[in-house]
Amino acid sequence: MDYTVLILLLPFLSFILLGLLGTKLKPVVAGVAGTAVTGIVAVLCYATAWMYFSAGRDASGVFPQVIAWNSEWLPFGGNLHIDLGFMLDPISVMMLVVISTVSLMVHIYSFGYMKGERGFQRYYAFLSLFTMSMLGLVVATNIFQMYIFWELVGVSSYLLIGFYYTRKEAIAASKKAFIVTRFADLGFLVGILIYGFYTGSFSFTPDSAVMGAARTMLPLALGLMFIGGAGKSAMFPLHIWLPDAMEGPTPVSALIHAATMVVAGVYLVARMFPLFIGYAPEVLHITAYVGAFTALYAAVVACVQSDIKRVLAFSTISQIGFMIVALGVCTSADPHEGGLGYMASMFHLFTHAMFKALLFLGAGCIIHAVHSNEMSAMGGLRKYMPVTHVTFLVACLAIAGIWPLSGFFSKDEILAACFRFSPVMGGIMTFIAGLTAFYMFRLYYCIFWGKENKELHAEHTPHEAPKSMTFPLMFLAVVTLVAGFIPFGHFVSSDGRAYDIHIDSDVAALSLCIAVAGILIATWMYLREDRKVADSLATKFSGLHKAAYHRFYIDEIYQFITHRIIFACISTPIAWFDRHVVDGFMNMLATVTQKSSWGIRQMQSGYIQRYCIWFLGGALGLVVLLLVI
Amino acid sequence: MDFSGILIYMRPEIALMAAIVIAFLYDLIAGSKARKFFNPLMCMVMLACVAACVISFPREPGEIFGGMFSYEPVHSVLKCILAIGTLIVFLQADKWLGREDTEFKRGEFYVLTLSTLLGMYFMISAGHFLMFFIGMELASVPMACLVAFDKYRHNSAEAGAKFILSALFASGLMLYGISFLYGTCGTLYFSDMPAHLDGSALQVMALVFFFAGLGFKISLVPFHLWTADTYQGAPTAVTSYLSVISKGSAAFVLMAVLVKVFAPMVEQWQTILWVLIVLSITVANLFAVRQQNLKRFLAFSSISQAGYIMLAVISGTPFGMTSLIFYVLIYLAANLAAFGVISTVEQNSDGKVSMADYNGLYRTNPKLAVVMTLALFSLAGIPPFAGFFSKFFVFASAFDEGFHVLVFIALINTVISLYYYLLVVKAMFINPNNSPIAAFRSDCSTRISLVLCLAGVLLLGIVSSVYDGINLFSFGM
Repeated sequence: MDYTVLILLLPFLSFILLGLLGTKLKPVVAGVAGTAVTGIVAVLCYATAWMYFSAGRDASGVFPQVIAWNSEWLPFGGNLHIDLGFMLDPISVMMLVVISTVSLMVHIYSFGYMKGERGFQRYYAFLSLFTMSMLGLVVATNIFQMYIFWELVGVSSYLLIGFYYTRKEAIAASKKAFIVTRFADLGFLVGILIYGFYTGSFSFTPDSAVMGAARTMLPLALGLMFIGGAGKSAMFPLHIWLPDAMEGPTPVSALIHAATMVVAGVYLVARMFPLFIGYAPEVLHITAYVGAFTALYAAVVACVQSDIKRVLAFSTISQIGFMIVALGVCTSADPHEGGLGYMASMFHLFTHAMFKALLFLGAGCIIHAVHSNEMSAMGGLRKYMPVTHVTFLVACLAIAGIWPLSGFFSKDEILAACFRFSPVMGGIMTFIAGLTAFYMFRLYYCIFWGKENKELHAEHTPHEAPKSMTFPLMFLAVVTLVAGFIPFGHFVSSDGRAYDIHIDSDVAALSLCIAVAGILIATWMYLREDRKVADSLATKFSGLHKAAYHRFYIDEIYQFITHRIIFACISTPIAWFDRHVVDGFMNMLATVTQKSSWGIRQMQSGYIQRYCIWFLGGALGLVVLLLVI
Repeated sequence: MDFSGILIYMRPEIALMAAIVIAFLYDLIAGSKARKFFNPLMCMVMLACVAACVISFPREPGEIFGGMFSYEPVHSVLKCILAIGTLIVFLQADKWLGREDTEFKRGEFYVLTLSTLLGMYFMISAGHFLMFFIGMELASVPMACLVAFDKYRHNSAEAGAKFILSALFASGLMLYGISFLYGTCGTLYFSDMPAHLDGSALQVMALVFFFAGLGFKISLVPFHLWTADTYQGAPTAVTSYLSVISKGSAAFVLMAVLVKVFAPMVEQWQTILWVLIVLSITVANLFAVRQQNLKRFLAFSSISQAGYIMLAVISGTPFGMTSLIFYVLIYLAANLAAFGVISTVEQNSDGKVSMADYNGLYRTNPKLAVVMTLALFSLAGIPPFAGFFSKFFVFASAFDEGFHVLVFIALINTVISLYYYLLVVKAMFINPNNSPIAAFRSDCSTRISLVLCLAGVLLLGIVSSVYDGINLFSFGM
């Protein structure tokens, strides 16, 4: 499978070419080139998936791990070395399919969405860079390679959030995203170093022989790695960057901040799953609690936001919480014995990527049509944008968990796994699922139903988006419709053996009921034009409403901590030290250099006789030095 | 007598002698048309020499001529590196040699250069002090002719005179030292000497004189004073050859002899090196700060670089040896890139070599300015360029052996060196200039050489197999 190297190489070359040629290329050419490359990569990924899964299972009934190619890059002595390679196993192949599909759709969509933007070529170059990094992340053969691509993904995200670099908010958001995730990555790096130090390797599956000594340190290492994952996957309290990241172009939000990069943390936990289960189950459960809290928090906040992209952003955070919970509630590697969550999490990752990308791309169409992110500018759009309307509805139903859409199946498995772990966890997650249905339909009704904003629409009639934008919507909607019927457990499961997904009828009934209830409440509150109920509730619980609208003041707390405590008490003294002591030392060095350089210029007189004297004098001086002293 | 050993162990030398004969004969026979192909021919010949050095070279050490010539696998690596460097110098020299006033002595350039290279090869593989001395002289005397190659130019003649006089002085001192060694040890075979060395006063003097001789070649302070004048006066191609090939081979030989022969006097030579390193790096930096002529500037830069190389020598470990060769390789790429740019600018602008002439070079010749910048970044040791890695390894090798203060001093000096390297970058990119050097297209062979050097600067550090490859053959000390 040597051709797999192309999967990484092609987008990289595309990035280099588009980046270097830049504006020398016509925008159309750059777009076509980027899209064509992504198309080829997608085909290669599908072919790889096809070949991998059709090659069959090995004797023990699992899909074998295939290293398509590998090269030792940096040896450190002993077994410790950093490799760069391409590993195929069920989850990495699944991710290849997800990433290449969404990326291709976003490339096509951007044709319409970014048309006429300044920096069109740069945009496609960055998309290529991101695609390459994300693919490299999922196929990493070792934790360090994963880290390298992890950072590359972070950089591409930074570049794309700040794409509109003339806008202040975009710059602030890109910096925020980079700094917050980078801060979390520090934990990841330290975790990797601890891991490498104690196990003597960066491999995902170290020899069990060496694990004896490392056993006590592993929980710490894995916990630190999870901090990195929590940063990328926007887990509370490191979630603050994701809502702001919506300043980037909407297709970027669909690709990076909904479908692929933000689930990297989930992927990381899934990748280290055997170690978590084997050596640090308690850390795994902590991640479940973090995930559950994040899911609840984000769902509540999503209920009152007025910017549609913010709603989707918090919805993403909440759904990632679901995935983390599903992984965290696993108690063994056997899917029949408490390992169900692993499969459920990966399944949800897969379905969520599709319908959340769909939601974001739909939101892009809407924003494109009304030139605003605010719900107040929308309402009654269903007449103007039929395709967007239908596909958006499909996605909303899917995320709400309505049969037979894909979200129903994956969410059902997650809830089943939670109930097996503890009824309380199951109850909480079911409640959040209900909230999800509520806020998604609130969003849906506010956009497509309700009162039209006649003033705005008078000067600019909304219209359906061009074909290049509606095609991805329709494609993803079809995927959302059918993905639930994929026998996912046959491809991915916690122990690698085939697992038949069977719907837990109690859980399914409960979750369906609560989803329908959520939708009904939303319908009752938001379908009509006046929205009396919603307004009266908002005034009755004005404190809670305001707090939720301001995201429970988490950003303000961060602001306080960074400005008042870190900047004032730590950074200022360090800055003083830097300016006076460090710079002072350098300045002294410069002055001394200048002075002494002037002082010794006599030495280079140009007279050969004097040179010889120096020569001989130097030699004799050395003799004296050695013999006398 | 068994000649098989000669064919096995002396292949690079034999190839080089063949190359000299080819250059000599071609110079005699070739007509004016055929002479146009002199340079490509010599480049091919050098390529063959490189091949002769590396292709299936013996992996075991061996001796011939009763121990006069002793071979180690690492010699092949180094000889190969030097041959590649010479090849690049040949590529860069083409334009200069094609000038009317030098065209007729083109052949001499090749013969002389290859002769010095042959001398270095013998010096590297010497197993006896006489052999070593003959090699060194063979490397020095033709070098003086090369320096004075443009003999009708006053500067060049002056540089040649200064070089040969200094070289004579150094050789004399060194020979004096060797005579002390013979007097106290009764032998000059490298392998036999350690048993007789006990650190007596005479031997200490011998050690210092030996140091002075090689210090001259490596241009360590205070044996460096000829460097600036010679570098400035010599034709640029010769300067670059002098600064890289000559220096690299001498540094290697110094380390080999110190470790192999002077092992019992390790404390003494480490003291000497300690002093010389501090002096070389610091004094050279102090002078480099105020140079206006770029060739002079690079002369002082090369002195301080020599100091850094000595950090690898002072460690005296196989790790140090690997670091030394790695450093020489990367220094070769970066320095030849810098000299290549200087040379082509000089040839295309009627001999402009001062820093002020380079003001605004980026506007007219952006590619050359970028090459120069990257080369200087590498020399200054800025990651991710190769120079960072080579500096890192030499610092690490010295640090591992406990020379913490020394490494700290060297680190401070890298800060100073960054200042003067950036001065040139600033001149090219920032300083305004109403009449910058006009845009020109450099000749094909120069461009090839610059691409080669640039590839070295960008890749050698990152591709870890290079370092590992050298490490494999570092001799077991």
